[in-house]
Amino acid sequence: MATDAMLKVTDLHAGYGQSEVLHGLNFSVAPAEIVVVVGRNGMGKTTLMKSLIGMVPVRTGTIELGGTDVAHMKTFQRVVKGIAFVPQGRMIFSNMTVRENIETGLFAHNTPTVPPDIYTLFPVLQEMKARRGGNLSGGQQQMLAIARALATDPKVLLLDEPTEGIQPSIILELARTLKRIRDERGLSIVASEQVLSFALDIADRVLVLEGGNIVHEDARADVDEEKVARYLAV
Amino acid sequence: MLMGYSLGDIGSIMAMQGFAGLSLFSVFLLMALGLAIIFGQMGVINMAHGEFMILGAYVTYMTSQVFTTYLPSLFAIYFFVAVVLAFCVAGALGMLVEWALIRHLYRRPLDTLLATWGLSLILQQVYRSVFGAREVGVDQPEWMMGAASMTDTIQIPINGLIVMALTAVISVFVFLLIYWMGWGKRVRAVMSNRAMAGAVGIDTEFVDRVTFGIGCGIAGVAGSAFTMIGSTSPTAGQLYIVDTFLVVVFGGAQSLLGTIASAFTISQARSTMEFFLSGSMAQVIVLLTVVGILMLRPQGLFVLKVRR
Repeated sequence: MATDAMLKVTDLHAGYGQSEVLHGLNFSVAPAEIVVVVGRNGMGKTTLMKSLIGMVPVRTGTIELGGTDVAHMKTFQRVVKGIAFVPQGRMIFSNMTVRENIETGLFAHNTPTVPPDIYTLFPVLQEMKARRGGNLSGGQQQMLAIARALATDPKVLLLDEPTEGIQPSIILELARTLKRIRDERGLSIVASEQVLSFALDIADRVLVLEGGNIVHEDARADVDEEKVARYLAV
Repeated sequence: MLMGYSLGDIGSIMAMQGFAGLSLFSVFLLMALGLAIIFGQMGVINMAHGEFMILGAYVTYMTSQVFTTYLPSLFAIYFFVAVVLAFCVAGALGMLVEWALIRHLYRRPLDTLLATWGLSLILQQVYRSVFGAREVGVDQPEWMMGAASMTDTIQIPINGLIVMALTAVISVFVFLLIYWMGWGKRVRAVMSNRAMAGAVGIDTEFVDRVTFGIGCGIAGVAGSAFTMIGSTSPTAGQLYIVDTFLVVVFGGAQSLLGTIASAFTISQARSTMEFFLSGSMAQVIVLLTVVGILMLRPQGLFVLKVRR
């Protein structure tokens, strides 16, 4: 698997200022695989996501995307190479309309118009395309953030705590949508998550992050739910 | 009655002062547009903005000199050449300054304030060394000097009309750039959330540099317009920077429409009152009014209503 990995992270160290948060992570993600990183608050999930997209600088280590090391590229260059990011809290451009929000993702490859399959995935965004992003509900904003990320035509989609602040019925829909995106586009997905049921619903493989290290790793079929739950217990 | 003026006179005075106010409005608006897009996008308060305007004015002055000496036959159209040159020179200097200075100081507003203030002092001294401390005025071609008589008592200067037309063109251009073209989507995405704009594939550093250049270029155009209503000296920019900040803050820093409305209000109020009171009294009244309104409405005149 290591040879044909879509995303391969080797000995990744990252952190803020003087403090190191990630102490040498190693993992890889196969094409069309969904990997979910679970862990408690403060264990480094968001730092991992941000260092993969380039919002937090990488100290040492490599992040190979389809064989190219992107660890020291700027954020926008990584997006052009094929990483897309749906951040925690969604970070919609609130003053811009829904359509404009999606269109911001098109600059990465100079695509002239929004591909229609994005609206097929999220019909609600088609209905609301003239509304301002900031006026959507949390669940709609999450869909918009995913649509915006897909507009960059990624190979790897990163999602940081996608279920945060979203009502349970929408969470089920979100899980279906993510699996559908994976099936239709064949892209790899890396998500960080605290809600174990959602994580187990979508994951092909689960990584447990604790204190900036990967302490446990299991394919979905082999996951000992109780053991993983213990890592998440406060 | 009315300080010895008849009602008809008052009407004419209001009309002519109102028009003089429109010339002032044009300069304010061009200055404020540049300042507003730079502040709105990068959060950089450019204290040297007035000096970029004066750079445009000196470029206009030099262009007029060159045309007088080498191309007297084309002198009639020199102003339009000067406007383009002023935009390019001020814009190029702006991009250079962004690259050399500003980009190292993002997220440090006080440091940028100091650095750009220092830059303004440096530029002033450069102007003084190159062009001398005395004011220079540009010669205007004959067709721009006259006045159009609207009625017996109302006369409108033609160069004022040209300046206004120029301002209208630039304002429309800025509007299209920000709200219609693809470039504007990048700018607004960066304005809204810099880190996230990078994460959807926008080269934020490039957007910053070009925006700073465009903002400074528009200040250069303001300088060209300024030569029509005042004479150029190394420190003339400083007189305008405070008013321009006032315009931007009063209008609401995120809204171009607000910038236009506040530039109009402030310049009209000043120009009309200056005729009846002294210049500084007019300034004081305008300042007090703006401060009063900002205390009641700190976000400025126009704000978009969205959840954050």
